[in-house]
Amino acid sequence: MASLGAIATAPLKAKREGDKSAKSIVFMGVLWFTIFFSVLCLGTLLVNAFFDGWTRLDGNLITRYSSTVLPETAGARAAILGSALVIVMTAVLAIPLGVAAGVYLEEFADPRRWYNKIIEVNLTNLAAVPAIVYGMLTAGVALSIGLPRRVVLAGAIALALLILPVIIITTREAMRAVPREIREGSLALGATPLQTVWRQTLPSAVPGIATGSIIALSRALGEAAPLLLLGGLVFVSYDPNGLFSGYTVLPIQIYDWVKEPQLAFQQVASAAIILMLGLLLLMNAVAIVIRNRYQKRW
Amino acid sequence: MTSHTYSTRADSAEDDHEAAPRVEVNRDTRRSLPPDPKPIMECDGVDVYYGDFRAVTDVSLGFGYNEITALIGPSGCGKSTLLRSLNRMNDLIVSARVEGSVTFHGQSIYGKDVDPIEVRRRIGMVFQKPNPFPKSIYDNVAYGPRVTGMKVSSMDDLVEEALTKSALWDEVKDKLKDSGLGLSGGQQQRLCIARTIAIRPEVILMDEPCSALDPIATSRIEDLMIELRDEYSIIIVTHNMQQAARVADRTAFFTALAAEGSGDRTGLLVEYDLTTKIFSAPADERTENYISGRFG
Repeated sequence: MASLGAIATAPLKAKREGDKSAKSIVFMGVLWFTIFFSVLCLGTLLVNAFFDGWTRLDGNLITRYSSTVLPETAGARAAILGSALVIVMTAVLAIPLGVAAGVYLEEFADPRRWYNKIIEVNLTNLAAVPAIVYGMLTAGVALSIGLPRRVVLAGAIALALLILPVIIITTREAMRAVPREIREGSLALGATPLQTVWRQTLPSAVPGIATGSIIALSRALGEAAPLLLLGGLVFVSYDPNGLFSGYTVLPIQIYDWVKEPQLAFQQVASAAIILMLGLLLLMNAVAIVIRNRYQKRW
Repeated sequence: MTSHTYSTRADSAEDDHEAAPRVEVNRDTRRSLPPDPKPIMECDGVDVYYGDFRAVTDVSLGFGYNEITALIGPSGCGKSTLLRSLNRMNDLIVSARVEGSVTFHGQSIYGKDVDPIEVRRRIGMVFQKPNPFPKSIYDNVAYGPRVTGMKVSSMDDLVEEALTKSALWDEVKDKLKDSGLGLSGGQQQRLCIARTIAIRPEVILMDEPCSALDPIATSRIEDLMIELRDEYSIIIVTHNMQQAARVADRTAFFTALAAEGSGDRTGLLVEYDLTTKIFSAPADERTENYISGRFG
């Protein structure tokens, strides 16, 4: 017992004011620089676009069609409506399919089966496939089933394919975040696995799925490549009026205007860029609000 | 440090008292039970595997009608694993496999034509950590009857009955629409018991139901278990020997043995008897060592 009293009582160490070694300072410097650089790029783009385009942020931008002869009053009406229609169709196609696939893979698929392993690996790879490839795929499929390439439906299919892997992965992650105790509690009360998914896991995962889906859709909104490959129309002076209507979307409209040499076209292009960035920010903000408000803390 | 010399059973009562502090045994002392249970469920030669790992070896015992059976033993002895194989909750773990026979009213619950959903409806389960659903108190209790399509004349009455039986009604009757997650830990666990009672199971499995609760909440759950015993057969896994001694009619002591040829430990049943016998005159030395606090 006496030995206990002999333990030297060293004072508690003083709080460390961060790590001051040269290595960690350099590392912090690199981190700060990368953040600074990316924010700088975005800032430059925004400021540039704003100075070029603020004179054209007027009613004409929203209400009028594009024009080849009167760039001063040209608007993006057809592109705004086209974007809206295509994005809504993309959501209608991609979200139910993606959520269903995610639910199956997370809750019902036996991970030991070889075909589920293959799906698993491919899904991650698909999320990294360049957007234009989905355009080519859709063009090929459209050709073989006799669907015109230049219509809203074809564009929506290409964008839905593009964001499908993202939605599947988001769904799986949101489902996985629901604690095992909830599933077990439900099953122990005699609920079937399907009832458990439908009444417990999926409702709890909805905020996560909604957040992921909105962010995926905002990516689709800014995408031009697959639609250009499908032969998306660059000059449209009518409202899209259905799934088989010709259309243009904001990124394509901007692309078209930027090509023109006149200053007035550059200005309206900049105004449209501001509009699109505003929309993207809005969608992402909605996603963040949903996440913060409905996210469950178990 | 003076080293204790443990007295043997033949020593005087005073010495005995010093070596192994007595635990209060079965507060319901008037209850007389037959030496062998009239079983509602029986295990015969049950092995439970996770992949190649054998977690439980060769367990054979019967769980009595309207009795509380406690499964005790040190960590890793397979008590919870065995409990989860009694209502096929182990089915949810892909690699888990049960060998031997587990019967309920003499019928194998692992039979080819037996629906695991039906097994879990008849043999309810309360978990270690209170797990109310993120729904209202009312919906938590009504969930089981709804999903199982129970024919009820009045869901309100059923909810009240289940909450009353689980000694929670007076505390929550004015806030049935509030979230079940807003209750205290002990109330949440009683809500989980109410939820289980609502589907009218015959057996209730409890997996360390008080390990996340304070002593007062624990005591309420123990009282509740004794009240429920008249209508249900209860099987409880507990780390708390005093708890087993207080509530259980019969106690099964498990231990873990290193399996031959590998470092894996596998659980086995050492002794199963009336609780009064297990805690006063255990037949096996390992049981005695465990209940007197010498290991585990």
